[in-house]
Amino acid sequence: MTSEKKIYLSAKGITKTFGFGRQKTVAVDNVDLDLYEGEVVSIVGESGSGKTTLSKVLLGLINQTSGDVYFQGVKRDISTQAKKQEYWKNIQAIFQDPFSSYNIFNKIDSVLLDCINMRGGRYLPREKKIEMMTEACSFVNLKFEELTNKYPFELSGGQMQRLMIARIFLLKPKILLADEPTSMIDACSRATILDELMHLRKETGMTVIFITHDIGLAYYVSDSVYIMEKGRFVESGSADGVILTPHHPYTRRLINDVPKIYEEWDLSTV
Amino acid sequence: MKHTIQQVFRSGKFVLGFSIFSAILLIVIFYPMFVKDSPLAILGQGTFFPPGIYVNVYDSMSSTAYTLNLPDAAAKRVANKLSEEDRLSIKEWLVAAGIPESEIDTTDTAKLLGQWSANFDPKKSIPGMTNARRNYFIRLNTSLKGLLSTEGATISQTNPETNELEQVDTVNQKDYVNVGEVANTRILLLGTDNFGRDILTELVAATRVSLQIGFVAGLIATLIGLTLGLLAGYIGGLIDDIIMFVTNLFTVIPTFVLLILISFSIGQEQRGAFTIAVVIGLTSWVWTARAVRSQVISLRNRDHVNLSKLSGHSIVHIILNDILPYIASYVIMALILQISSGILAEAGLSILGLGPRTTEVPTLGLMMNWAMIYQAHILGNWWAYLPVLVTIALITFSMNLMNTGLDQVFNPALRD
Amino acid sequence: MAHTMLEVRELSTKYVTRFREDVYAVDRVSLKVEEGRSLGIAGESGCGKSTLALSLMGYYFPPLHYMNGEIVINGKNISGMKPDDVRKSILGKEIAYIPQAAMNALNPTRKIINFIEDVILEHEMYVTKKDIYDRAKKLFETLGLPAEVLQKYPVELSGGMKQRTVIAVSVLLLPKVLIADEPSSALDVTSQKMVIKMLKQLMEAGFISSMIFITHELPLLYNVVDDIMVMYAGQIVEKAPSHSAVFDPLHPYSKGLMGSIIVPEKGLRDVKLTAIPGVPPNLKNPPMGCRFAERCKFVRPECRVSSVSLREASDGRVYRCIIPEAELREAYAREEHKNDK
Ligand SMILES: Nc1ncnc2c1ncn2[C@@H]1O[C@H](COP(=O)(O)OP(=O)(O)O)[C@@H](O)[C@H]1O
Ligand SMILES: Nc1ncnc2c1ncn2[C@@H]1O[C@H](COP(=O)(O)OP(=O)(O)O)[C@@H](O)[C@H]1O
Ligand SMILES: [Mg+2]
Ligand SMILES: [Mg+2]
Repeated sequence: MTSEKKIYLSAKGITKTFGFGRQKTVAVDNVDLDLYEGEVVSIVGESGSGKTTLSKVLLGLINQTSGDVYFQGVKRDISTQAKKQEYWKNIQAIFQDPFSSYNIFNKIDSVLLDCINMRGGRYLPREKKIEMMTEACSFVNLKFEELTNKYPFELSGGQMQRLMIARIFLLKPKILLADEPTSMIDACSRATILDELMHLRKETGMTVIFITHDIGLAYYVSDSVYIMEKGRFVESGSADGVILTPHHPYTRRLINDVPKIYEEWDLSTV
Repeated sequence: MKHTIQQVFRSGKFVLGFSIFSAILLIVIFYPMFVKDSPLAILGQGTFFPPGIYVNVYDSMSSTAYTLNLPDAAAKRVANKLSEEDRLSIKEWLVAAGIPESEIDTTDTAKLLGQWSANFDPKKSIPGMTNARRNYFIRLNTSLKGLLSTEGATISQTNPETNELEQVDTVNQKDYVNVGEVANTRILLLGTDNFGRDILTELVAATRVSLQIGFVAGLIATLIGLTLGLLAGYIGGLIDDIIMFVTNLFTVIPTFVLLILISFSIGQEQRGAFTIAVVIGLTSWVWTARAVRSQVISLRNRDHVNLSKLSGHSIVHIILNDILPYIASYVIMALILQISSGILAEAGLSILGLGPRTTEVPTLGLMMNWAMIYQAHILGNWWAYLPVLVTIALITFSMNLMNTGLDQVFNPALRD
Repeated sequence: MAHTMLEVRELSTKYVTRFREDVYAVDRVSLKVEEGRSLGIAGESGCGKSTLALSLMGYYFPPLHYMNGEIVINGKNISGMKPDDVRKSILGKEIAYIPQAAMNALNPTRKIINFIEDVILEHEMYVTKKDIYDRAKKLFETLGLPAEVLQKYPVELSGGMKQRTVIAVSVLLLPKVLIADEPSSALDVTSQKMVIKMLKQLMEAGFISSMIFITHELPLLYNVVDDIMVMYAGQIVEKAPSHSAVFDPLHPYSKGLMGSIIVPEKGLRDVKLTAIPGVPPNLKNPPMGCRFAERCKFVRPECRVSSVSLREASDGRVYRCIIPEAELREAYAREEHKNDK
């Protein structure tokens, strides 16, 4: 099956180090990754395992120390501002902390207008733009009339992340990189956000890279899973395969340590 | 925005600083509307006239005289004239005449004079007294008699026809004029300086010029510091290295020494107030640049900047919209500090004689310089330097207060 | 009949903001924790869990203000006590509180042992530093923490280690009741598990008699506490034993919360998560009637008329809804049926 699908994004031997000499840390260590069209892939690992660093490399926000990223089969070239902007039409992101993801001086309208402009809608009539923004907001069950002229920080954390999804709805990228989008959100809003994210994926067929430290979330949303430990992938495969029959001890530990409700949660193993 | 301003005015420190500063500004703006003298006009012939009301003698002669029967008038007149030396001499005589020292009080003029007239005898010889000394006592006695006499003074004029003195008027000891009716009076609230200029008028003008120097210097320093800090912090790499190299150079050389050297090499004739301001600005941007750079470095990896990049914004847009607003409050505080340190730097330079050339405008520093050169502090002419010092202190104090007030609002860690 | 460690009757507290507005964050809350039992508090963020925890200690300082109600800790009625007396004789000794993000509030310039010295010297006068060190070392060893931690600075410790240190320090004076406010929310699963294990160990080894555990992670709560209390907009909406609270919730809000549980267990992928639409009401002026009415699927016109009081269900639990138990269960069954189709 997968062999018929197109590889959208692939990373070959990505390494990223910070600092020099004794302070040198290898955040991402020789990582390979293939992303097929329409797939939801999770990257799971503890904090500090290099997930965010890898995602920033994939996004082109920081340069890798070595290795290459291929986009639709061609080596990615983001050497100029124009090329970067072209690349970012295809790949977008949702970040971990909604409270620091927004410019606190910009109103919600301008966040959404930026997206319309980026999709070439700069010269659309104003009514059309409002219609598009209203549609995007209602997709994530927010009311645009209530949000207009407000600032993002006037919303709750959960609503801010949903606004992020509305943003993606307008941008319609081919690939979405969601870096722990629910880890700062309480459990109740988390379900809403995941549902809306999966709904959006179903509508647009976009490819999603879902980064999380909670293996339960990964199991819930993804088709395949990569387990990351100290900058390396230690296990990967289909979600069912990796999570129901884990092989690597690290994977087993991650699964063991998540609190369960149907099975016994074994506290003696730490 | 409105909310922030409200918050700022809730801070007591800011409000106090702001009130002092506005009061200074208002005086600087409105004073010249009422007093139209040129600040550098020389009014007095002589140096350091003390503060007070100056009444024209000639005009007071021709003003209406009112008779007031004030019993202590004579004693006051004498007290005003009798010098400390004379009082000690009187005491010396009285002691010699056998009055116990405990009964003599040189500060009680009326009693002293009573004892004198009761005991002075020009023929009496005191052992060890020279002739010259005796003559001095006789002269003293005469002049005291004159002072104590109740007769008035005669005003005479030469009659142009007869060429003789003719009495035109007499001035009685009990005559008073109403200051309001005298045609020419002048209040010199802070006296005059060494050149005979009205210090108050000069001080107001100097405050204005110094504030202007401070603003220009502060703006230049902040602009340079902000631009370099933004570039170094956001772009990083080689540009950062170069900028930091220059900044470090400036940090190693003490700014004030640099300031002195530049100021000296420009030469007295070329140094206008504006030039000095520019020179101060050009030498004091360093720490603004450093501080802005480190703020920008911590901002540039924030997610909202990343999101802005992903939204396809250009570097200029990101710097202006996603970085600058976040450091704006900080930059305003830096500007305030730069202005007040610009004012201090000018004062420092001028005291050393390296300030603006002296012929055009006064500055606070120049006024200090003049007072020092003419030794006002040694002569005890406090009005020549104390008001200047207080003004400098008030300006910097109010600006620093505003700064701490702003800090409390913008820095949540210090909020109560 | 077990000894009651903490009893709270009709406690209400409020915040007074800088703009002189009142935020009614805890509204007539009553609860009881018996010796040897633990109580969990669940609810969305902003529903007043942390405020309740703070209010429980009777230690009020602005912006938090006491309104009314009674707090009885281990037989002592502390309502109306002066804050200073509460701090001296109650805090740490009878009841200990680990605030949210406590581990990030440690003074970075002081070693852990200095921190412990402060705590002990606050309550006991005649102890030497050596005694304190020995005591701390013994406690740390009993709790499975390396004694070297004592000589380290907070920045040298990992998040999980810092949190466990904070917990160990909070039980130094052997309090009867421990309140832990989201002690593991910012941690990785492994550190979280160690923290939980330590809390359970504290209960078992008798360092503390009762525990109140606050989190919005229901699977965690289910594994740690005996009873679960669900809060919404400053009020209790349901209080039940853990198992029935998770597998058989009665209040529509609890039902919604339990529907958002995600665990990596077989079958999860086929479950449809039930999200609750909307946001909690503003506590500056809470709605007249049922506070949940705005977001409730089963809302009726009567719900908005007058405030709803707690009522008892057939199995002894309490919940705050005007709809009778049987009707609620019927409605849930219908929902499930619809989802299956
Ligand atoms: N800008 C940076 N400078 C130095 N070290 C960094 C930087 N960003 C991340 N690291 C280090 O890289 C490692 C991986 O971090 P990160 O990618 O954020 O992990 P995760 O997202 O999985 O929590 C960590 O050890 C972190 O300290
Ligand atoms: N210092 C404060 N001043 C005013 N209101 C506050 C303050 N702290 C919390 N609140 C309000 O009290 C309510 C309850 O907050 P909190 O107890 O922190 O909830 P939780 O712990 O459940 O997330 C919220 O509506 C919050 O906005
Ligand atoms: Mg991360
Ligand atoms: Mg809380």
